[in-house]
Amino acid sequence: MSVTLLIEQLLNGVQLGTMLFLMASGLTLVFGVMGLINLAHGSFYMVGAYATAAVTASTGSFLIGLAAGMTAAALVGALVELLIIRRLYHRPHLDQVLATFALILIFSEGTRWLFGSSPLWLSPPSWLTGFVTLPGETRYPIYRLMLIGVGVAIAIGLYLLISRTRLGMRIRAGESDREMIGALGVNIAKLYTVVFALGAALAGLAGALVGALQSVQVGMGEPVLILAFVVIVIGGIGSIKGALFGALLVGIVDTLGRVYLPLFFQTFMPPSEATGVGSSLAAMLIYILMAVILAFKPKGLFAAND
Amino acid sequence: MTNTTSLSKNAAPATHAESHFDRKGLVQMILLGLLLLLPVAAYFLGHTYYVNLASRVTIIAMAAVGLNLAIGYGGMVSFGHAAYFGLGGYVAGISAYHAFDMTPFMSWPFSVPGSDSLLVVWLAAVVLCALLALAIGAISLRTTGVYFIMITLAFAQMIYYFANSWPTYGGQDGLPIYIRNTLPLVDSSDALTYFLICFTGLVLAMAITSRLMKSRFGAALTMARLNDVRLATAGVSPYPIRLVAFVISAAITGLAGALYADLNGFVSPSMLSWHFSGELMVIVILGGVGRLYGPLAGAVLFVMMETFLGGITEYWQLFLGLVLLGVVLFAKHGVMGWLAGSERNE
Amino acid sequence: MKMISRFGLGLLLSSSVLTAHAEDVKIGMITTLSGGGSHLGVDVRDGFMLALEQSGRDDVEVLIQDDANRPDLARSLANEFMQRDEVDILTGIIWSNLAMAVVPTVTRQGTFYLSPNAGPSDLAGRMCHENYFNVAYQNDNLHGAMGAYMREQGYERPIIMAPNYPAGTDALAGFKHLYEGEVVGELYTQMGQTDYAAEIAQIRDSDADSLFFFLPGGMGISFMKQWESSGVDMPIFGAAFSFDEILIKAVGSAAIGARNTSLWAYDLENEANDRFVEGFQAAYDRMPTLYAAQGYDTANLILSALETAHPDDKDAFREALRAADFDSVRGEFRFGPNQHPIQDIYVREVVEGDDGEPTNRLIGVAIEDIQDVYYEQCEM
Repeated sequence: MSVTLLIEQLLNGVQLGTMLFLMASGLTLVFGVMGLINLAHGSFYMVGAYATAAVTASTGSFLIGLAAGMTAAALVGALVELLIIRRLYHRPHLDQVLATFALILIFSEGTRWLFGSSPLWLSPPSWLTGFVTLPGETRYPIYRLMLIGVGVAIAIGLYLLISRTRLGMRIRAGESDREMIGALGVNIAKLYTVVFALGAALAGLAGALVGALQSVQVGMGEPVLILAFVVIVIGGIGSIKGALFGALLVGIVDTLGRVYLPLFFQTFMPPSEATGVGSSLAAMLIYILMAVILAFKPKGLFAAND
Repeated sequence: MTNTTSLSKNAAPATHAESHFDRKGLVQMILLGLLLLLPVAAYFLGHTYYVNLASRVTIIAMAAVGLNLAIGYGGMVSFGHAAYFGLGGYVAGISAYHAFDMTPFMSWPFSVPGSDSLLVVWLAAVVLCALLALAIGAISLRTTGVYFIMITLAFAQMIYYFANSWPTYGGQDGLPIYIRNTLPLVDSSDALTYFLICFTGLVLAMAITSRLMKSRFGAALTMARLNDVRLATAGVSPYPIRLVAFVISAAITGLAGALYADLNGFVSPSMLSWHFSGELMVIVILGGVGRLYGPLAGAVLFVMMETFLGGITEYWQLFLGLVLLGVVLFAKHGVMGWLAGSERNE
Repeated sequence: MKMISRFGLGLLLSSSVLTAHAEDVKIGMITTLSGGGSHLGVDVRDGFMLALEQSGRDDVEVLIQDDANRPDLARSLANEFMQRDEVDILTGIIWSNLAMAVVPTVTRQGTFYLSPNAGPSDLAGRMCHENYFNVAYQNDNLHGAMGAYMREQGYERPIIMAPNYPAGTDALAGFKHLYEGEVVGELYTQMGQTDYAAEIAQIRDSDADSLFFFLPGGMGISFMKQWESSGVDMPIFGAAFSFDEILIKAVGSAAIGARNTSLWAYDLENEANDRFVEGFQAAYDRMPTLYAAQGYDTANLILSALETAHPDDKDAFREALRAADFDSVRGEFRFGPNQHPIQDIYVREVVEGDDGEPTNRLIGVAIEDIQDVYYEQCEM
């Protein structure tokens, strides 16, 4: 096992982590500020990818597509918040789970109705294809480096937004005391819509960026959704810092586990069995990680003051 | 529903409670009666399909009764009950597999043969699910709220991935049960007989829930849900109370899983998927959380929608979603709340 | 195209009211029409219905239901079709795990089942049944054929990859069986995995000279896109399941140059295929996939058997099916003793089509008259 491979896998883990962070930050904001569990967050990821694919195909520009994808996800998010979600804030978590579960069904099948059951085409633009050579002769795709860059930029942007702006102040106030910000004369309804749309836009951005590397198809948001939940629970629900840390942890553990667990078992088992056992265990790895963390820290690593 | 305890219940005017009971009792009797009579009628008219459909409804309802004990009565929102449903199913499948192949399930440290006896399968399913729930519950119940929802999901996902990739019992392909497991004296392969077995199981599960909630244990569980600080000051620790309820809940769902595997003659990891956990929750909420007959009403409605919408349009899941959304937005207490009044069944 | 379904609330009356003529034939189709991967089911259905339409027969009724890719639902639908609707023939299932859940009970209860896609090894071997016909392929066929082709092409150090589930391990075993040489490595991915950076790095790190993979549906799309941007320069091979006309359009340029084995190609030259491809494009305004071809062949096999016997006469109808007296779109087609196909497997290469979009081009035959290895275990 070479060091360059390890470095490359670490980069892969970080890249997966940054994309998970885009999903998880929206999820955790919505939970922190409004106290809402949103299973339909993966649907915004799908909306972003579909809108980007459709607009990129018709305009030929990936950047216009990306902007359209984010906008579409934000608009759909705002619409869903106005029509449905705002009726759920004072309901028990159980009702929120049911309603957003229903939204998953509606979004998945609605998308299939509009776009058909075939996966859509979406690829990175030509100026982002190709690779760079890293020290140690490793070639790494430019697009993936760009994803890491975008993830870092968004993380910094979110940090500045929350710590330096008026909107951020209100979000922080909402997280620590939901009743108080109403008393301060803040228009809560508007704040909630904005936060929800922001979360949806980030999910849509993740879907569009990742969609260019993967397949744009119905149901693409569900596996990511589960991972994003793992991330925010590990990090501590409501905490952006926790989401960032959790996302990187999950991304790296998942990637390294997939590569090194089968190799580890090969040291004392026949290869064909070892790969089977290793990859089975790799699939369970992040859930084991989560259970262990919660067993010792029942509120996650960076519990918000909730 | 008020947050205070038994005092306010006793204070309710008796006449009001009486008339309320009538309406609720009537709805419940009709529901249970129809579930029993329609399949019997269908059987004698030669429509086996509807008998099997009723068995399906009954079993799903039973699994939901189990979940309702955790969610509705115990306030423990488990997003991982598919784990117990699936484990129960795999117990039936694996046991039948070894009985069919005449190989032992385990030969070390002591020999455990397979069995095609339903009683053995049921017992094993209940015991194993209880043990699994004991382990999962012991860790998960240290957390609360969303963390609890997610950690139960995580455990279920672990088991799901394990079953998916473990080749001995078919992995993702699942495991067929060629011949339905048997009972002494009756022919379990007969559709109506099997329905009656499932029906008995459902009624028993509901009776157990009802008895449990009327006992001191039930009062403690209710208090643990409503106000665990008060319970603790009364000298009772809420943790073991919750854990026991969680274990019983899992055992009921596990038994339903075993029945389901034998009904389908098949068990596969899809019984363990998070989608199924979600569906079970949906059924509980659909019917009315914390109501004895809620899971039954929810299961009837859900399976009917699934079955009949699927025949009408290939976009049936879209309409299923719309109906669910409608229920959660406009019928706060589920179908039973809408049919039988809004008071919780406690 | 007719899609008939019944609302079951008039449940106890329905069958007496709607009793069909005795000579009519009822076919139940359970297929995957919703969720991810539903384009397979849609194509099987559309190919099947096209053949019926072209035949001009109006005494064949097809009932179609969506299984949502769930074994328990498929099982329940099979019961519904057999017990309530009393269909003569069942067909349509796409996935092996669903087929394993449904087929054994169906055939044991005396209903015919014709598989338009899945071909798990158990159903070809120890669990074969006289009422079960596979009109598509045994699961190993395409992978084995690719193994034979790569050996013949002189690739000496292939690395092979599949998801860690039964069809995946079977695929790699099937490949190795006919490749007959050492492979450099075997990678198992997770079911539904979407990111392949880790695997791609491992492939580059190996000294393989070629890559064979089995990643059906969306997994294949994700893998090929990421493969292209990784800059690894290695010829790639697979089975048609990752290279149907719909998937490669979603992959785009990344698929160009990949070679894949298929039992059918749209540019295969024979009369039946011309009629099929033209008819399909006219009816649905898209290029058919191999799933559509399999659905079309399944319907034509049924129609050919109906010329000699009605399914009520089970023995006669079974004999008529075994004869396989129909013009298959894939050229020669006959059944082996376990009622699975003996057929040629072709090699296609993904090229840039006239419209600039990737498309498959037939480049040769991988193996002639391939037969599965399980027929010896089949006692019929």
